[in-house]
Amino acid sequence: MDLLLHLAVVVAIYSIFALSLNVEIGYTGLFNFGHVAFFAIGAYTSALLTLSGAPFAVGLLAGLAAAGVCGYLLSIPALKLQGDYFGIATLGFGEILRMVVSNEVWLTKGPMGLPGIPRPEILGFIFDTLPAYLALSACMALTTFAILAFVVLSPFGRALKAVRDDETAAEILGKNALRFKIKSFVIGSTFAGLAGVLWAHYTTFISPGDFTLTETILVLLIVVMGGKGTLPGPVLGAVALIFFQESVRFLRLPPEWTRLLGPLQQMVFGLLLVVLMVFRPEGIIRERGGRHGD
Amino acid sequence: MIEIRNVTKAFGGTRAVSDCSISLEGLTITGLIGPNGSGKTTLFNLITGLLKPDSGEIRFLGKRIDGRLPHEMARLGLIRTFQLSRVFPRMTVLENMLLAPQGQTGERLLSLWFRLPRIRNEESDNRERAFELLDLLGLMRLHDQFAENLSYGQQKLLELGRALMAKPRMILLDEPTAGINPTLIRTMIEMILKMRDRGQVFFIIEHNMDVVIEVCEKVFVLDHGEKIAEGRPEEIQRDPRVIEAYLGC
Ligand SMILES: Nc1ncnc2c1ncn2[C@@H]1O[C@H](COP(=O)(O)OP(=O)(O)OP(=O)(O)O)[C@@H](O)[C@H]1O
Ligand SMILES: [Mg+2]
Repeated sequence: MDLLLHLAVVVAIYSIFALSLNVEIGYTGLFNFGHVAFFAIGAYTSALLTLSGAPFAVGLLAGLAAAGVCGYLLSIPALKLQGDYFGIATLGFGEILRMVVSNEVWLTKGPMGLPGIPRPEILGFIFDTLPAYLALSACMALTTFAILAFVVLSPFGRALKAVRDDETAAEILGKNALRFKIKSFVIGSTFAGLAGVLWAHYTTFISPGDFTLTETILVLLIVVMGGKGTLPGPVLGAVALIFFQESVRFLRLPPEWTRLLGPLQQMVFGLLLVVLMVFRPEGIIRERGGRHGD
Repeated sequence: MIEIRNVTKAFGGTRAVSDCSISLEGLTITGLIGPNGSGKTTLFNLITGLLKPDSGEIRFLGKRIDGRLPHEMARLGLIRTFQLSRVFPRMTVLENMLLAPQGQTGERLLSLWFRLPRIRNEESDNRERAFELLDLLGLMRLHDQFAENLSYGQQKLLELGRALMAKPRMILLDEPTAGINPTLIRTMIEMILKMRDRGQVFFIIEHNMDVVIEVCEKVFVLDHGEKIAEGRPEEIQRDPRVIEAYLGC
């Protein structure tokens, strides 16, 4: 039972993480390969603040704001780059951020990580049990879903899709493509920050090793497999992949196998991502709009 | 409305547009013709901000527009279509249409949260107009299909509809009838004429002389980037320089 609750919490957090990436990839066509950086910024900001005595609400809001502001600052130079170079820039940012977190020991304790992150407390209620934490993260996931759904279904979201499909044609119709892309990136980064905050206060311990390319690949896979550019896709993908990933962890395997499991899983996920992108880029769920390819 | 003065644009050694001057003052439907590679599309690219002229100036409603960004042109009331249609493939036909109106409140992220009633009104007005245009274009029953599922000719009609949705002062059409079947050509022409009667101004690149004669009030002829003739379509057809340009290439 605890295992199920634990899985549900992770699914809720990864749903937020994937929903935020979907705004960028699915609705704006921005292939961000450094999304984990904003998850990390949210996690570290809130962890550091609450560890120094700030209330959870402050940590939460600061985590969102820090991720959003960093997203804004990165997007301006990165979005001037075309296509693949944008992807490389975001990938680089993710790696650089991880190195900064590893090396700025005075602030982040470096590779030692930050232990003892307090459980969230809102209006005197402490979310220190699994069911309570699940309620909190599920609430946040629902709110995220509602807000992002409202945004992508609005005329603003329609303009994002136009930029995704054909930037020049969108410009010709009066859409300032760069500004739409910046806004999309900031929205995506902010909600990745929210996922990071929830993660930090759930595990109560974070270290640079939690925020590697593996996490980016996992969240990319969730979005692409679930169906990018659809509303339920990322949630569905999160359910499928988190259950798969975490259940493997709980299999009773001989120790020499478990050592191989991590790298093996990374390889499988990476491969799966490539295969999906090539053979079924629309994922499990297709964007609505009827017949495709006939 | 559009005033092009001594505009030149070269790609490497070739002058795609050469010291070209064109004035579209008080005209409703103007044609632009010329042999392949004579610089017609390049001229449209210069007008709509996709390219910057090397020299010369372009004015729209008296304002200098050369060198501005494409999205500013649309805001000024200048919308174009492309020679190879460029609809948004993974958006429905209706979404393609609803995208075009300028200055939509709902496209501003902050307004989304505070001006919902106004956004709803705008959307329903735009929707009504979109359905009216889709009906005229014969695309009504396809409105919830992805644009990529339309035939090439239907995509060109959708592009025209989308341009009309923007309510621009002027629409530039790059070969609206090229590569589409005779029935759809008819629909296209009827639509252009109907909209002209409602006061819409057009500037049209067109290879099909029958179409030019039917719809254009005045025609400019380009050859090797230079304007070699201008006048009424029937006169242009008899102009020896124009005949030579077409035969000589
Ligand atoms: N972006 C570009 N880079 C280099 N050369 C170009 C570019 N765009 C156009 N040209 C060249 O400029 C000349 C004019 O091309 P343009 O497309 O304007 O002709 P056009 O009159 O539209 O021809 P068509 O009837 O075939 O559409 C051609 O020689 C073409 O090869
Ligand atoms: Mg052309």
